[in-house]
Amino acid sequence: MTTAPAPIKAKARLGDLVFSRSAVFAGSMILVALAAVAIFLIVQAIPALFATNEEASILETNFWSYVGPLVFGTVWAAAIALVFAVPISIGIALFISHYAPRRLAAVLGYIVDLLAAVPSVVFGLWGIGVFAPAVVPVYAWLNEYLGWIPLFGGTASATGRTILTAAMVLAVMILPIMTAICREVFLQTPVLHEEAALALGATRWEMVRMAVLPFGRSGIVSASVLGLGRALGETMAVAMVLSASQVVTFELLTSVNPTTIAANIALSFPEAYGLNVNVLIATGLILFIVTFAVNAVARWIVDRRKEFSGAN
Amino acid sequence: MTATETAQTSAPGSGTPGGTPKGGIPSALTAGHLKPRTPWLILVGSLALSAIVFGVLATGTGEYNWAGALIVGLIVYAFAVWLFSYLVEGRRRATDRLVTAIVTGAFLLAMAPLISVAYTVVSLGLNRFDLEFFTSSMRNVTGEGGGALHAIVGTLLMTGAAAIISIPIGLMTSIYLVEYGRGKLARGITFLVDVMTGIPSIVAGLFAYALFALFFGPGIRLGIAGAVALSILMIPVVVRSSEEMLRLVPNELREASYALGVPKWLTIVKVVLPTSIAGIVTGIMLSIARVIGETAPLLIAAGFTQSMNYNLFEGRMQSLPVYVYTQYANQGNPASAYLDRAWAAALTLILIVMLLNLAGRLIAKFFAPKFGR
Repeated sequence: MTTAPAPIKAKARLGDLVFSRSAVFAGSMILVALAAVAIFLIVQAIPALFATNEEASILETNFWSYVGPLVFGTVWAAAIALVFAVPISIGIALFISHYAPRRLAAVLGYIVDLLAAVPSVVFGLWGIGVFAPAVVPVYAWLNEYLGWIPLFGGTASATGRTILTAAMVLAVMILPIMTAICREVFLQTPVLHEEAALALGATRWEMVRMAVLPFGRSGIVSASVLGLGRALGETMAVAMVLSASQVVTFELLTSVNPTTIAANIALSFPEAYGLNVNVLIATGLILFIVTFAVNAVARWIVDRRKEFSGAN
Repeated sequence: MTATETAQTSAPGSGTPGGTPKGGIPSALTAGHLKPRTPWLILVGSLALSAIVFGVLATGTGEYNWAGALIVGLIVYAFAVWLFSYLVEGRRRATDRLVTAIVTGAFLLAMAPLISVAYTVVSLGLNRFDLEFFTSSMRNVTGEGGGALHAIVGTLLMTGAAAIISIPIGLMTSIYLVEYGRGKLARGITFLVDVMTGIPSIVAGLFAYALFALFFGPGIRLGIAGAVALSILMIPVVVRSSEEMLRLVPNELREASYALGVPKWLTIVKVVLPTSIAGIVTGIMLSIARVIGETAPLLIAAGFTQSMNYNLFEGRMQSLPVYVYTQYANQGNPASAYLDRAWAAALTLILIVMLLNLAGRLIAKFFAPKFGR
């Protein structure tokens, strides 16, 4: 038995030391930045939590009754957006990964990504100028014939600037990221599974249903959660499209709509003063916490999937 | 009516189970299938049907609803193709064809807003896409005239400053994650970078405002605050894309370099980075394209103004997205002048973003390292 030779130590060079330390420093800056975001928001938000309407003029009674309808509006708008975006993005992803001709697939994927390149303020402008007027007749029809469903009740808006319009614009904006994730997961389906299904005589849809969708389920879930995170925080499109008033209502087609936290900050912040600023920052802190949690859940799902799937 | 006609002409030939073509010998391959062109005939038929129905409706109102006709036509197609396939090919293939129609429809549905946005921005943006728009600011302008020079300058300055902050941090972080990072810190950073990608842009704006308000007192609006807000959004994108590119560099290159006695940091600087530089530049350009269109953080942190401001560290600073928003939100008289300016700025913004995207992809394509022999 011989003893193991002592490990050879690399010569410590100054260049190596400087380089690795600055890499660690840069990496830690990310932690510092995120911590700073949280700390600064918390510090600025604390005075608002206990403010009354005498100190901050935008409050009616206290902070929590102010933020309640906003939280409701944020979640409600994002939820409606997801209802539209999830099936459509799965459809697009399937179309690109399994239905479109192979040669076109990359180009089609790029075209969908172009949607992500359109700035949100342009979507807002388009939403008011083109989309909202275009859906007014549809809303009138829905209101007249399906008005007995509570969602479509009330008086239909004459401008089309309702929460349903805003949610549809949001859906368009979160489509690219959701499609990209779904597409990636669908493409990772083991080819052997697909071929086995086809060899057993399955039609294309049956192959997709039996091989692709079960394999991609967690991908679809994490894409939806990531899309939810985006929809919760999207600002300008909602701020511009929605004609907002702070209420809690489930009616989709009226001109009285709940607004979202982000849109409310964008609209109120430029004119805010004194403690009103802190109130708005406090609502921003709530948005930050909610989106942080949603994104963390999404990443957790993605990471968990990495370990158990046969993809790698 | 057209749809039923196509059915009658096409279905018997191709369709009847055990279909008998001209010679009378059933072909085992084509029996029980729709002919390849039949779905296309059904598509044309259902579009024509819908066009006629909407044409009849239009005689009452006088306006022809193209979008409605197209959508109804496609829905009619989905049902018609399902029905014919069900009669000829059976339930399973009918479902398959229906799903194909739906999936294709989903893609077309997503294309609709893209085409609509592109058409609207170009057609309305060209109204004021002139020399004056690019050579003057909005100072002392009410009504017509005026331009977006101050906004373009502000956008370039703030995005540039954000890039100067984000690129070194982002690049070094990705080097850390790929070359050095082991254990808890690396995993934590990876996780937080992922989460940071999802920070709402307005929260980044609030953070920058809160940070600078602490030093300069409340109500502060600075160009540099806008740049800080943008870099919060930009860093995670840079880290993600550079990390991906660095991981693509084959380990053999690193090992060959170490074997020659080259120190690790020189290996990274002289071997790893040059190999992946095209991908890294692409990632950086895409990240710039992403933040250059951000409105909310700049509205909060940098405010808006009508005048030129070349100084990042003093006074409010206008930017193109915020310019679009303020022109829309504070319409004066005549309103059309303000809207035209908003659309022209939107067109400029989209052109810049598209150019950055295109340039990034071209760099990736032409300067990518060739690993194969």
